[in-house]
Amino acid sequence: MDIIIYGIINSVQLVLMALGFTLVYGVSRLPNFAHGALYVLAGYMTWLLVNRVGLNYPLSMVVSLVLTGLIGAAMYHFVLVRVRGMAISEIIASYAIGLAIIEGLRWGGLKGGTFTLPSFVEGSVSLFGVSVDYQRIIVVVAGLVLVALLWLFVAGTKLGLALKGMAQDEQAAMTLGIDSDRMAVVSMAIGSVLAGVAALVLLPLGSIVVEAGYRVLIMAVAVCVVGGLGSWNGAILAAFIIGFAQILTERYLGAHYQVVVALLAIIGTLIMRPSGLFGRQKELEERV
Amino acid sequence: MSAGKQDRRKERVDRGIKVRTDGVYAVSSWLEITYLILPRLALIVGLLVAPLVLTAFPYWQRVLSHICVYALLAIGFDFLANFVGLVSLGGGLYIGVGAYIAALLNAHFGLPPYVTVPVATVAGGILCTVILFPCLPLRGVYFAIVSLMFPLLAPRIIEALDVFGGTDGIVGLDGFSSGWVEQYLMIVCVLVAVFALRRMVTEDVGLVFRGVKDNDQAVKASGIDITTYKAFGVFIAATLGCLGGACMAHIYMWAGISQFGLDYSIIPIAATVVGGGGTLIGAVIGCVILVPISELLRDFGTLRIAVYALILTGFIVYKSEGIMTYVTRKYEQFERWVEI
Amino acid sequence: MGNEHGAAMSGEPLLRVEGVSKSFGGVLALSAVDLEVNAGDIVGIIGPNGSGKTTLVNAITGFIRLDHGKVSFKGRDITNWKPHKIADMGLTRTFQVMRPYYSLPAFKNLIVPLFSRRARRTGGWRGGGKMGSRDTVAVDILEEIGFERDSYVPYKVASSLPTGYLKRLELARCLALRPEVVICDEVFSGLSMSEMASMVPLIEKLQMEGITLIMVEHRLRELFRLANRVVVLNFGCKIAEGTAEEVMAYKEVKEAYFGSEEVLTYV
Repeated sequence: MDIIIYGIINSVQLVLMALGFTLVYGVSRLPNFAHGALYVLAGYMTWLLVNRVGLNYPLSMVVSLVLTGLIGAAMYHFVLVRVRGMAISEIIASYAIGLAIIEGLRWGGLKGGTFTLPSFVEGSVSLFGVSVDYQRIIVVVAGLVLVALLWLFVAGTKLGLALKGMAQDEQAAMTLGIDSDRMAVVSMAIGSVLAGVAALVLLPLGSIVVEAGYRVLIMAVAVCVVGGLGSWNGAILAAFIIGFAQILTERYLGAHYQVVVALLAIIGTLIMRPSGLFGRQKELEERV
Repeated sequence: MSAGKQDRRKERVDRGIKVRTDGVYAVSSWLEITYLILPRLALIVGLLVAPLVLTAFPYWQRVLSHICVYALLAIGFDFLANFVGLVSLGGGLYIGVGAYIAALLNAHFGLPPYVTVPVATVAGGILCTVILFPCLPLRGVYFAIVSLMFPLLAPRIIEALDVFGGTDGIVGLDGFSSGWVEQYLMIVCVLVAVFALRRMVTEDVGLVFRGVKDNDQAVKASGIDITTYKAFGVFIAATLGCLGGACMAHIYMWAGISQFGLDYSIIPIAATVVGGGGTLIGAVIGCVILVPISELLRDFGTLRIAVYALILTGFIVYKSEGIMTYVTRKYEQFERWVEI
Repeated sequence: MGNEHGAAMSGEPLLRVEGVSKSFGGVLALSAVDLEVNAGDIVGIIGPNGSGKTTLVNAITGFIRLDHGKVSFKGRDITNWKPHKIADMGLTRTFQVMRPYYSLPAFKNLIVPLFSRRARRTGGWRGGGKMGSRDTVAVDILEEIGFERDSYVPYKVASSLPTGYLKRLELARCLALRPEVVICDEVFSGLSMSEMASMVPLIEKLQMEGITLIMVEHRLRELFRLANRVVVLNFGCKIAEGTAEEVMAYKEVKEAYFGSEEVLTYV
């Protein structure tokens, strides 16, 4: 029973981590290797605002989310847009920025001492005989709410539909008057905010460590590769598969193997079904 | 532009001496021979003489070895990115694999360095190619992702499973038989790698690689298996990196997870971009510049990685030429204003 | 010589396409297309823009995966084989959009196909089963298809060559593999009248050398002079097949091209 509960919690954690990445890739075909960096940055900014500037917790969260979104948008607008279309340069540029942020944080901020964010609600509750922190419940709820909100956003609002159109066929969307660059900025902003949300919800479970930046990137990429780059449904399904696989290996083999699971998932997917579970670009070699 | 002036544009024209020396058969004077040979000679002599010059500064001799290791990685990166079309984001993978294989052979089987280094080079190259193989038939972004992931995952796996010495690494390895061997082995390898690859890309094989990069549809339609050639390219780059890693293991007499580190990811890329992508020599020059600076900035810790990343971004975004490309252009062409 | 040509029994088509269908997203690009090509044929594939001609070529030569259907070549099922394996068997194609190495001499553009296993096995277009120097073989091939050796045309930089030569270069790329079948994707497009006048005899010459040709074309007059059979596609379906006269008499074909029945006869 606890496997199921922890499995769900872990899977939703992965969903949260992966959503931002898959959104950006889905809309603008841009693999945002700075995703993990934005995650850590959001957490750190919140900590700064709470502990150095003295804002209250909820306000700090909102401010840092907004800032993260702006940073993501700026990243696209000033840097990545100049290398759009050149896959090699896109990858190097977003990787370099991510690296700069993470290592910059390691040097300039997150060193010496523990940085933590408090849980939203302290304490735990017993569910089906398993003791679960309130924070973890909040994680699951947040995850579900986020997915639902995003789904509504994409299906219901004009902006969301525009993003979806871009994701399906960029050129067709452009002929309909959708500005592809503006959409890309928007998607980067939203993707960054999602990374920030994931950070704010997940970081209270542990402490803010720079390493998390790389870990989140690995997990997000693993989930998205397994699910199919660009597919939300795939990402969610993949997150659950990997999430449960991790919990099971932790239970039966030992806690350390979680990372191995991620690695095997990536390799296995690439060998057996490269486009992932619901890969939109099913025919990976297809270019006419 | 005032109304009286005529429109002018800048024109680049090959220098006379370049045109005369383009076909080697037409070389007829010492000046022309010098023109051709001087750059290559300067590089070769410079690198070969460096250890002697630095004898008084053993610390900088070490730095020279570092330069060579990074140079091997950078050459591999430049080759893969600009001649085959694959972006290898994780140089640390090759270094780590090479270092660990050499370390294991040395520590557990007692093989001496002059055996472990070649074996680690080739075996490491094969191993890296094999684990990167699944993403070769796929689009380029997958290769970038996986090459990024592996060096991030490897240390965590080693830590988690506590194999190969875990976080402490494998210690107590043999060093090279003498300091001179240590220095010159690497330098010779770098020189051989650079000139051999430069030669290879002008051969027919180089055209196939170029096709793989620029026009893979036509290459496939010409009956050639793209994946095989990509694998070959990866093997070359991996081998160079593993060579560097194996040497590192014996220079420091230790192999550990830090050898999968980010330095090995970012510096080769930055060096290639700064030095001039697509020239192979530019990668070496980039290392000669960046690595000493990196050593000087050691006190600033990981900030230097951040700085390099930013420099790299700047170069990429503003599509700068790179040193080697700029120098070559100046050497071979001159600019003048021409009236339209 | 022997095994690379005519492995199919007489009567058995060299290339058979059965029930091939392919959709991209919601668009049905090919719908249950059948085609049979016998050794020595010149088959024309025509149809308005968007009718699926190039998609069919891609499907036959392995550049896209089929949703349904089967492709057999020389009696073997090559459905969903990889493009290089199909080319290795002798089924080659040209590309509508050519991307030669513009900064290199023309003959260097043939080095890549001459590097392939098939070329090494067969010696390239004229090799007697062994590959000599690739450069020499390349120049020889180019000379045969009309690059005048005296004027050093094979040595000219590809960016300086006009379209007619580039189209021939693309054909030469296929010839370097000593093919049995060459699928020509719009080789006539973009040619001037004089270039056309020299291209048609080249096609005829290829046929006389024993190559089977499938030609996707828009320029119908010249095609009809060469093809002994014509297939018409429209919206991914085969709507007509037969000789040129038979096919152009079909109401559907005229409507496909011109939208109405009142139309000038073409042949």
